[in-house]
Amino acid sequence: MSNENPQIKKKREQTMVDERRKFILGTARAVGIVALGGLVWSAYVDEVTANKLILRPPGALKEDDFLATCIKCGMCVEACPFDTLKLANPGDNKPLGTPYFEPRDIPCYMCPDIPCVPVCPTGALDEALVTTDGKLDINLADMGVAVVDTKNCIAFWGIQCDACYRACPLMDQAIYLKYEKNERTGKHAFLKPIVDSDFCTGCGLCERACVTKKATITIVPREIVIGSLDDHYIKGWDKKDEKRLKNAKADITTTELSKESAMDSLNDMGGLLDD
Amino acid sequence: MTNFWEHYRFLVLRRFTQISLMLLYIGGNYWGWNFVQGNLSASMLFGVVPLNDPYAALQMFAAGAVITTNLFVGALIVTIFYMLLGGRTFCSWVCPVNIITDAANYLRRKLHVNQVEKKQPASRNIRYWVLGLSLVLSYILGVTAFEFISPISITHRAIIFGVGLGWTAMLVIFLFDLFILKNGWCGHICPLGGFYGVIGKVGAVRVDHDEEKCTVCMKCKIVCPEPQVLFMVGKESLQVLDGECTNCGRCIEVCDDDALNFSIRKLAKEKRDENN
Repeated sequence: MSNENPQIKKKREQTMVDERRKFILGTARAVGIVALGGLVWSAYVDEVTANKLILRPPGALKEDDFLATCIKCGMCVEACPFDTLKLANPGDNKPLGTPYFEPRDIPCYMCPDIPCVPVCPTGALDEALVTTDGKLDINLADMGVAVVDTKNCIAFWGIQCDACYRACPLMDQAIYLKYEKNERTGKHAFLKPIVDSDFCTGCGLCERACVTKKATITIVPREIVIGSLDDHYIKGWDKKDEKRLKNAKADITTTELSKESAMDSLNDMGGLLDD
Repeated sequence: MTNFWEHYRFLVLRRFTQISLMLLYIGGNYWGWNFVQGNLSASMLFGVVPLNDPYAALQMFAAGAVITTNLFVGALIVTIFYMLLGGRTFCSWVCPVNIITDAANYLRRKLHVNQVEKKQPASRNIRYWVLGLSLVLSYILGVTAFEFISPISITHRAIIFGVGLGWTAMLVIFLFDLFILKNGWCGHICPLGGFYGVIGKVGAVRVDHDEEKCTVCMKCKIVCPEPQVLFMVGKESLQVLDGECTNCGRCIEVCDDDALNFSIRKLAKEKRDENN
């Protein structure tokens, strides 16, 4: 090796450097392309799955779990006898290929045998969520909840309209009419439709039936509109609700002002009464 | 006529299976036919046998979804079916995207695009990276990452359930394969193809090359969508054992010397050994 031609030696070392550079560059390129592709891909998927304003078939898992579990086969769509369900196409601006419905076009007619749910191969539509005592029960469906636009609903104006109330398959439970005196005329009554979210399944028959140009009663996914009380407020008059007290935790915050008992400061007049 | 059949028999059979499968799915959706319902992601055969896309199931597993018995059994049936068959038989005999990319490739040859774009700047191993990346992203995002972009699913959903803007995805693949990269989608990027390439490594139905009959005209390599699998042509009598071979049979049809034929793995070799 020692008596190697210096020119050949130089060339050999040069090739080695080139090989090393090629390897490092190649690795860097692969890592870079994977990172680039991964970021673009995940950004896209994150965007298209961010649409929370989408109404799912009955028995659907929570949206996050639903997106992980739905295989986009469309068997629920095929099972639906009313063509209510559709698969999101490109251009619908909905998570691609997943089933949804638009109640103003075709609402869910709440079939008692719920044909769309048992056909689901992956359990994204879960029979257990719409079953009581081993029997399918469509009234347990939770596709969304109806919300009334009380400014534009003509029943709230005093005009007699009970289209949504009569369309509701759970009439007097999911939607009931609240009678109120119309002070404007002095002799008429308001028949105001009120939604009880405990019963509303979000089938959308009311939205379909609404007589205004754009429906003033709309189905919205439950998690969008239903608030949460945590354990800060409990109905003292409701035995069932009082049970939530068990989970309640007291948070005591001490500040500069509240570190001493209120009783102490109440009796301390700060020298006001001194002569 | 016999000549036409000789030269296009597998192509005709492949188009027949691809189109009739899609028709059966369409019938399942619109007219309630009971043969297959659903689509290529998941379907029900005769209303009892589940058939599920094992790659989609794998993504669901990575995404943390609960795997139902139905899904598992269906994915297993499909996996075993293509494993026994061998190669990427799904790609050239079932997948509807194959019709689009074959059309692009045909036009590419007719327009001599190949002569203008001689260099293929991309590696055919990209699909395995995409395959791996899809599982990592499914895990991170908690959704089936490839299923939300898959042009394959877009295409068969468009065929079965109504097209919407789904045709744009088909056009993108067509133009990509025609002008940007030869065999671009199916041969370089598609992770589903990569997946079937991996499970098809051990299958039984394989193309067999007889070097003694070969006149080295290279028609097979020109028509082959995965020409690297035909490395032995004109050199050695071997079976095409690479999982990337799609079993499309085009090489067999274009060969005028009967040097390529379908065979059963190993059996062909034993037969040759007996003859020698």
